[in-house]
Amino acid sequence: MAEKILAKDQLDQFLGKLAEGREVFAPQDVEGKVAWAPLEAAADLLWDFSNSDMSPKDYFFPQTECMMRFVNKADDEMGMIMQAEPELNTPRALINMRPCDAKAFQVLDLIFMQDEMTDDFYWRDKREKSLLVGLACNDPCPTCFCTSVGCGPHHETGLDVLLVDLGDKLLVKAVSDKAAELLAELPEAEQADLDQAAELKKAAEDMVEANVGVATDQLEGREVMELYEAALWPRVAESCLNCGTCTYCCPTCHCFDIQDEVQGDEGRRVRNWDNCMSWLFTVHGTGHNPRGSKTHRVRQRFMHKFKYIPDKRGGEIGCVGCGRCVQLCPVNIDVRSVVNDMNA
Amino acid sequence: MRNTYIPYPVRIKETQVETEDKMLKSFWLEFLNADDAKAFDYTPGQFAELSVSGYGEIPIGIASSPTEGEDLLFTVNKVGHVTNRLHNMRAGDVMGVRGPLGNSYPLEEMKGKNIVIVAGGFAVTTLRSTMNWLLHPDHRGDYGDIDFVYGARTPGMLLYTDEWSQWQKRDDVKVHITVDQEFPGWDGLVGFGVDIVKQIKPQPDNAVALICGPPIMIRFTWPVFEELGWTTEQVILSLENRMKCGIGICGRCNVGGEYVCKDGPVFTKAELDKLPAEY
Repeated sequence: MAEKILAKDQLDQFLGKLAEGREVFAPQDVEGKVAWAPLEAAADLLWDFSNSDMSPKDYFFPQTECMMRFVNKADDEMGMIMQAEPELNTPRALINMRPCDAKAFQVLDLIFMQDEMTDDFYWRDKREKSLLVGLACNDPCPTCFCTSVGCGPHHETGLDVLLVDLGDKLLVKAVSDKAAELLAELPEAEQADLDQAAELKKAAEDMVEANVGVATDQLEGREVMELYEAALWPRVAESCLNCGTCTYCCPTCHCFDIQDEVQGDEGRRVRNWDNCMSWLFTVHGTGHNPRGSKTHRVRQRFMHKFKYIPDKRGGEIGCVGCGRCVQLCPVNIDVRSVVNDMNA
Repeated sequence: MRNTYIPYPVRIKETQVETEDKMLKSFWLEFLNADDAKAFDYTPGQFAELSVSGYGEIPIGIASSPTEGEDLLFTVNKVGHVTNRLHNMRAGDVMGVRGPLGNSYPLEEMKGKNIVIVAGGFAVTTLRSTMNWLLHPDHRGDYGDIDFVYGARTPGMLLYTDEWSQWQKRDDVKVHITVDQEFPGWDGLVGFGVDIVKQIKPQPDNAVALICGPPIMIRFTWPVFEELGWTTEQVILSLENRMKCGIGICGRCNVGGEYVCKDGPVFTKAELDKLPAEY
């Protein structure tokens, strides 16, 4: 389908259609932070933000999610038997998602939905019922390195629609056919619009490429043990606090814990975000801990994203270059320099 | 689609304290729904998440063999929150089982070969399953000589005594049961499992070894096999790590890029030698 044009003063109308049978969410100014929230009006949309502080992975993989419930009464007919939580009732639209975040969810699809047994019900349900409308980055940050990990500021992977901000209007590109009906009545883009979008794309890519990136070309050919035993890990671990901030803000970090909760006659099993920086994450019941040192745990995070995931998932890197961990690490550990050391 | 996080409901049919320290208890579980029993199609070496509502789940190797019928056997060490609760549960109580999970012992590739099994302590569980499978009349003819070496600290710490006593009476399997030191009333072998392996000198030709036990046992047993000319491809080990999801997603049980829950728990020594020893 040819590219379309959506004037920003027509956005309320467009959002009205988007909201038919869907809940709509977008990054907005929430008490001074850029955060994802339910969208009330087009006026609340942001056009000059770099990205949300936290990734929108919460919409597919909530920080806390009830998986199943049970009646906590042994003498009840259905007592102690787990019953699955119902599926998502209302489909969702996530608008103005940055391309890096959309790419991250496509990477996570490879992990959450592998085969018949490893087919995460909760992830799949939300993924299938969500429409992803992306907003291309025209003004990337100095911490962005998407172009060095197979993504880019105008990247389309994982999106259903890509919007490019052309000032008072948006270039609208259908990536999947999921939103065909929504876009059908929009006017087609003129050549000048396409040219402008192409220039913006080139300029944004140049900006990202001028940043420090990561080099990963040597990693595939190296043995796991060579990278595992590399000299850099104790040095990286020395400053790391194991606080886990990088894992929570990361759009591809997906480790979780499962816990049971009981209140009176009601019980539920929930999953919560967990992180590989925690000593408790891997400790055995016996007290033995296979990743007992900070060095083990720091190394795990980088090895997972840049070696284990690519080796297992056809070369796909477990990082999309959003740069959140670079911005938020309290001790300034920069994933780019760590990976470049791995690759050296 | 099936939600693979939801445990099948089961009822505890029978329990048995297995060891003199009362830390190991066996549970026979029966499925509440016949369809679930059919869906739970497993092979020796696999494990399941035992679910105790309100307490959580624990990954435990399946000690029964599918050749024994639909009920499942698990032997559980009392060590944490869930296992403590489980040890206090009784016949008739309802709980859950999620699985079968993980790969299994390579029973197909083992066909036509001589088999040496070395089990230490309560790691014998999935090897009980394997032995029952191998010794079943439908399968015994598919395999060569079988040596079963099983060691525990004391006679009272040996699991499944009734069963290996029966195996000892058969002439198509050599059963070597040993305890760490002399005990009054014990007329079996004395010494570590590795000492027995040294004595019986298993030959590597057309053979495979399944070794399951505490890391220290594996560390001392492998050199004996190596000296006898075995390769790391012929030695099969089963790992355990802390787990939650059991299906290769939640991120904690991996050894290098391999998830113990999904790509394992069974690996050859050759495979493990290429990976960090994070287990």
